[in-house]
Amino acid sequence: MPGSSAVVNVVVAGLGGQGVLKASGILADAAFRAGLDVKKSEIHGMSQRGGSVSSDVRFGDRVFSPMVPAGEADLLVVLAASQIEVARPVLRAGGILIHPGLVDETRLANKKSVNVALLGALARHLDLADNLWHAAIKAALPEKLHAANLQAFAIGKNP
Amino acid sequence: MPPHNSERRLASGNEAVAQAALDAGVALGTGYPGTPSTEILETFDAIGGRAQWAPNEKVALEVGIGAAFAGARALVTMKHVGLNVAADPLFTVAYTGVTGGLVIVSADDPGMASSQNEQDNRRFAVAAGVPMLEPSDSQEAYDFTLRAIEISERWGIPVLLRMTTRVCHSATLVQTKGQLAPPAPPTFVRDVPGRVMIPAYARPAHLRLRAKLAEIAAWNESDGPTQIVDGDRVLGIITSGISYQHVREAAPRARVLKIGLSYPLPVEAMRVFAASVDRCLVVEEGDPYLYEAARTAGIAVEQKPEMYRFGELNVGRVRRIVAGDVSPEPALPAGKPPELCPGCPHRNVFEALRDLDCIVAGDIGCYTLGVLPPFSAMDTCVCMGAAIGVGLGLRHSLPAEQARRVVSVIGDSTFVHSGITGLVEMVYNPPATGHVLVILDNGTTAMTGMQEHPGTGRRLDHQPTGRVVFEDLARTLGIKNVLTVDPIANADAITRVLREALGRDELSVIIARRPCLLAAGAIKIREKFNAGQ
Repeated sequence: MPGSSAVVNVVVAGLGGQGVLKASGILADAAFRAGLDVKKSEIHGMSQRGGSVSSDVRFGDRVFSPMVPAGEADLLVVLAASQIEVARPVLRAGGILIHPGLVDETRLANKKSVNVALLGALARHLDLADNLWHAAIKAALPEKLHAANLQAFAIGKNP
Repeated sequence: MPPHNSERRLASGNEAVAQAALDAGVALGTGYPGTPSTEILETFDAIGGRAQWAPNEKVALEVGIGAAFAGARALVTMKHVGLNVAADPLFTVAYTGVTGGLVIVSADDPGMASSQNEQDNRRFAVAAGVPMLEPSDSQEAYDFTLRAIEISERWGIPVLLRMTTRVCHSATLVQTKGQLAPPAPPTFVRDVPGRVMIPAYARPAHLRLRAKLAEIAAWNESDGPTQIVDGDRVLGIITSGISYQHVREAAPRARVLKIGLSYPLPVEAMRVFAASVDRCLVVEEGDPYLYEAARTAGIAVEQKPEMYRFGELNVGRVRRIVAGDVSPEPALPAGKPPELCPGCPHRNVFEALRDLDCIVAGDIGCYTLGVLPPFSAMDTCVCMGAAIGVGLGLRHSLPAEQARRVVSVIGDSTFVHSGITGLVEMVYNPPATGHVLVILDNGTTAMTGMQEHPGTGRRLDHQPTGRVVFEDLARTLGIKNVLTVDPIANADAITRVLREALGRDELSVIIARRPCLLAAGAIKIREKFNAGQ
């Protein structure tokens, strides 16, 4: 299919309240800033009350469905260790799992920045320039949180 | 929407509808919060539109009708089940028609991400005789909102914009178009036969409606938002809405007919398309609406196997539909189910209801999670407001010793939405054993994301306004026992007050009042700010 080989599929998963949707929003914005077609999908409402939450981000030359087909995620970012096995079936054979163990949480200025730190770990596998990520992080968060989250991103990117 | 300077923006379907409403000069947006529709009005307010929450969807639509009668453009938003509540005005505003553009958003929830059913509201368009547009992404959510205003004003008819969960909550690229020409300033024009639906005036109004629909159907054939994607003639697919996106990916070589205005349908375009391909398949989420319409018109099309009527479609399921695969679908590992937040004030109430072995007629909101362990303290949940009526019906019919265990439990926003008439019923037709109503008042519409409602005394934009006081309302209606308890500060009192109420053969209303944990901080700041104004 035209352009389909160029579509990158990322799924971000975790529990309600962990910043899953914030993380997928930053990723989608970074891809958008790179001039790509982007679609991001998420579910609101009852499922967010502490339950499993996941959000799909797809980008490339042309994206149709906003949802990553099961077994076709190139990259899976999981924010809660308990959700790894729940989310794993979305990953394709040979796909890459980004899990909380990749980041040393004790180094984070703000413990709530694990989601952004894992975006840093994700960024190592994506062709999106750092300045796009930085701009997306700043656009998504209030100014007082910029420094802590840029630090978290850097820790994830260069552990 | 992110404040980028570039021409295109990444926006959810809901944000795109709000932006289009602003660009179209919509004078008033109203609705009732409901996933997946809620962010439309919140965004409309945030970007400078006039948006307000109504107590329920029926009132919202009536307010929208009044605005459109005055010549203003109006947007009314709701989730799919909200259109059931608003059905009464919907069916008759189709007859009266409108002067200013009236767009009614029905946000359907196939797969029930956060709903009690997965009804397909395309059926409402047919039943009411109201044109319906179905966007498939945020760009179309924007474009079709503008189209809806144009159709509404050209034919003087309300228009339904049917969104679905994945269109509402997926962010995709949107290019805005600039502003529509504004309508004439609102002014009252008397049109008694057009606006007063007594039978003598309604009979010609029905004829006018059918004539408008026939014109719109003809327009849809020639100039409607129908799209053909060329491809192999081996397989043709007729589709609409989000299913179109899945189809393009699952069957990249197929020839595709994408329908934009799904009522009244471009039947002749469908006929020509079906004749142009060897095999013609209808791929649609939910009910076989397009399929039935095609077959009724004598068009030879295939439909999806019945198993795909349930739940959302996705690329994988559309591949299976195209292949005619009816083998069982692989089960995915169950995620962690949602639960009442740790420290949620509802927890203590449900523990008390469980420990007292109550028969609980429940309602719609976060607190419906009281049905799950460790509480297992809900026995019915049907629709908004049903806690009270269902509880009364149980009380009327059960043997007395069981009837005395029945409690109706409803949230604050839900009570305002459609519990007040239930309370009137409770006073008017009291069961022999009396009844106990618990209003879980956490000071917000929590489930949909902390929206204000008439019981909070603050408007959609959080500014102070008139407040409905539940205690005063219950007493005014003649309820003898009206008690207010803080379920966190006074957890033991909940059990005691409930036990006492259940022991009396009288009517009791217990208000368990404590702000939602997630909203408490913001509520405190708003109260302080508003008090200082």
